[in-house]
Amino acid sequence: MIDKTLNWFDDRLGTAKGGRSFLDKIFPDHWSFMLGEIALYSFIILLGTGVFLTLYYVPSAHEIVYHGSYVPLRGQSVSEAYGSTVDLSFNVRSGLLMRQAHHWAADIFLGAIAVHMARVFFTGAFRKPREFNWIVGVLMLILGILNGFLGYSLPDDLVSGTGIRIAFSIVESIPVVGSYLAFFLFGGNFPGSGVIIPRFYVIHVLIIPAILVGLLAAHLGLLIKQKHTQFPGKGRTEKNVVGSPMFPNFIAKTTGFLFMSFAVIFLLGGFAQINAIWQFGQYQPFQISYAVQPDWYMGWLDGAARIMPAWEWVGWGHTLPLEVFLPAVVFPGLIFTILMVWPFVESIWTKDYEYHNLLDRPRDRPKRTAAGVAMLTLLFGVFFASSTDVMANFFQLPLEDVLWFFRFFVPLAPIVAYFLTCRICNEMRVAEGIGKRKRALIVERSTEGEYTTTEAPGQPGDGHEEIDAVPVPTFIDTSDPSLATAGGVRRVIR
Amino acid sequence: MSDSTPGIDSTPATMDDPHLQPLAKNPKRMEAIAALSMVVGIAGFVAFIIAYWVNASTQWEALTLGIGMAGLGAGTIAWGKYLMPPGPFVEERHDFHSTDDERTAMNAAITGRGGIEVKRRKMLLGIFAVGGGLMTLALLIPGVRSLGPKPAKSEGTQGSTKDSLFTTNWQKGSKLVTVGGRTVKVDDLETGGVLTVFPQGHEGSSPDQVILIRLADLGPNDPPYPLSSPGRTEWGVQGYVAYSKLCTHLGCPVGLYQQVTQQLVCPCHQSIFNVNAGCIPQFGPAPRPLPQLPITVDSTGQMRANGSFDQAVGPGFWERP
Repeated sequence: MIDKTLNWFDDRLGTAKGGRSFLDKIFPDHWSFMLGEIALYSFIILLGTGVFLTLYYVPSAHEIVYHGSYVPLRGQSVSEAYGSTVDLSFNVRSGLLMRQAHHWAADIFLGAIAVHMARVFFTGAFRKPREFNWIVGVLMLILGILNGFLGYSLPDDLVSGTGIRIAFSIVESIPVVGSYLAFFLFGGNFPGSGVIIPRFYVIHVLIIPAILVGLLAAHLGLLIKQKHTQFPGKGRTEKNVVGSPMFPNFIAKTTGFLFMSFAVIFLLGGFAQINAIWQFGQYQPFQISYAVQPDWYMGWLDGAARIMPAWEWVGWGHTLPLEVFLPAVVFPGLIFTILMVWPFVESIWTKDYEYHNLLDRPRDRPKRTAAGVAMLTLLFGVFFASSTDVMANFFQLPLEDVLWFFRFFVPLAPIVAYFLTCRICNEMRVAEGIGKRKRALIVERSTEGEYTTTEAPGQPGDGHEEIDAVPVPTFIDTSDPSLATAGGVRRVIR
Repeated sequence: MSDSTPGIDSTPATMDDPHLQPLAKNPKRMEAIAALSMVVGIAGFVAFIIAYWVNASTQWEALTLGIGMAGLGAGTIAWGKYLMPPGPFVEERHDFHSTDDERTAMNAAITGRGGIEVKRRKMLLGIFAVGGGLMTLALLIPGVRSLGPKPAKSEGTQGSTKDSLFTTNWQKGSKLVTVGGRTVKVDDLETGGVLTVFPQGHEGSSPDQVILIRLADLGPNDPPYPLSSPGRTEWGVQGYVAYSKLCTHLGCPVGLYQQVTQQLVCPCHQSIFNVNAGCIPQFGPAPRPLPQLPITVDSTGQMRANGSFDQAVGPGFWERP
């Protein structure tokens, strides 16, 4: 039956030719290779829960009187966007679960991308021939951040509405064309002609997801075409890949991992309240809340805007709001440009134009590792600067002192981090055996009082990597009945 | 075995091959664990359907769904990791680049065929390029220009607040009203009181929002409250001052008034303005003072604007002089 079906497809598509090598495709085993998978699976959640939300959310700034089940809001005038978001949270069954899972999935999606990217960076996986895929990844990060912002702006609540106001001012700060861009985007001076919610909506649910799906296909297609990188190890060379086959091992493990990621996101969605918009209230341009931070992936931009000195430039009849333009437009532009061009810059810098399929240990590339750590220090610096007010309250310090701390910390800490990392890497390279997986040592005292040290026996799988790797066998001979019952393999192959 | 091209291997692997032995020491036990885990998962999904059916809380839905997914997931992972043939297996990589001959042929096809066409039909190519560019432009013009109105170029331009960053609806004589439309009288606020006000007829409008502060309980015959910004003493009345509530940094409402230090704080990025000194920025990223609205009181005690702002409100932009 299965043979017949497969042949039916092969007659029409020739699937047997490439299909076998696809099933035999080898995935190297390392925990850090699963970080990108988390991003992929949160994206699936985003698409699924997102479709659910579109069925109930109304992308309109039109004012209505709220009559839903949330008592404190009854009789108040709210926008349809806000009212429908409250409604789908309280009146649509499973609505709150889906909405919060959607929000958590977005935060996890971008977190997974960031960590995955750090893994790719620090191990040098972006090197030739994978520069394309690095760029595709950076583009997905940028679009993901943008779509996250658009998404949490849609409920039209007080907190996100303030974010939209800030976005208007940031666009406005661009020299020469800023006010035009802002007016076109919003359909007039802020808050515009009621078009921003529907416009954000179509970008959030259609345009960016469509591009993301395309980039995702390219990302995975390039991965399959170029094959996975691997860490150096026994039998692993630049010319091969050692690990588990796509079918059945990798499929089983990754599907299980998909379910686990889903489980975490839905548990968070049900138990960890996120973006309780009914507590914030409807956005009003003259109202504001205190000690509010954006979602984590926008924090670095908010922090940059906070610590920037008031360097507005005025002259020749024009105003150049550098206090906004530099941290909110130039700074992210610069960061993303550095990320984009890094593979090429590094290759030119090190005069290394070779193929690289074996990964680096971060310590073996002190300068790259140090540059990465400096970048992370910078980004974490501005990220924490986005909660200066919360810190000032928490530590009972004057707000001014906290701000001045970050004004020095953000530019100086990356420099310190760079040299410190270089130093640590170099020392780790010299020291023998650091970072190697150690087996426990058993110290025994004999009756004569003599001490001996022996290695503990291996755990299951410990010695497994010592076996030579072989190509995936096509089929397994189970004709010998004595072997057929061995070790449970037959159950799998059957 | 080293042949990496797919096909039927001449020597099939046998069951005693260590590459095919499951990692689990006791595969039967591991199989039972995986099965149990998946059964827990199935129970979770059934429980979710029941939870939905009886309209249980969001927490119950998440818990049952989470158990379902985690159970199924853990079982599947155990199956894949501990029971399936673990290898290690190897696959050869192939060169990405083509042979030199293929490259030459490809390059020649582009430069040769294309090059000849470019040489022969320069004019056609030029016209084609212009046409293509114009098509893009023609489509972009409505795509961009239809989006919104053009911002007014300068201060003198008349227009609604929707079309201009320079104008507000404040005029000499505008009545100060609350967002609910209630008119503001001179004895409405005590010392230290603040109120967000709008010009009558434009309640809730973003560019028109003004924060009205009573700095001192002064009567009509008392000397005016001494503001340290030169020439502004007459802009307040009976201890009241009024400033644009739009932060000059990024346009958030400057909503925090600290009476003890006489400061207005913007909760967004912590710009601090000195209320006594014409709301000049004392601290933080805001570059300019909050524009002050001159106010007065008419004979009925109604508070009114005594003019408009002397500059554009809100954050900076290119056309601002």
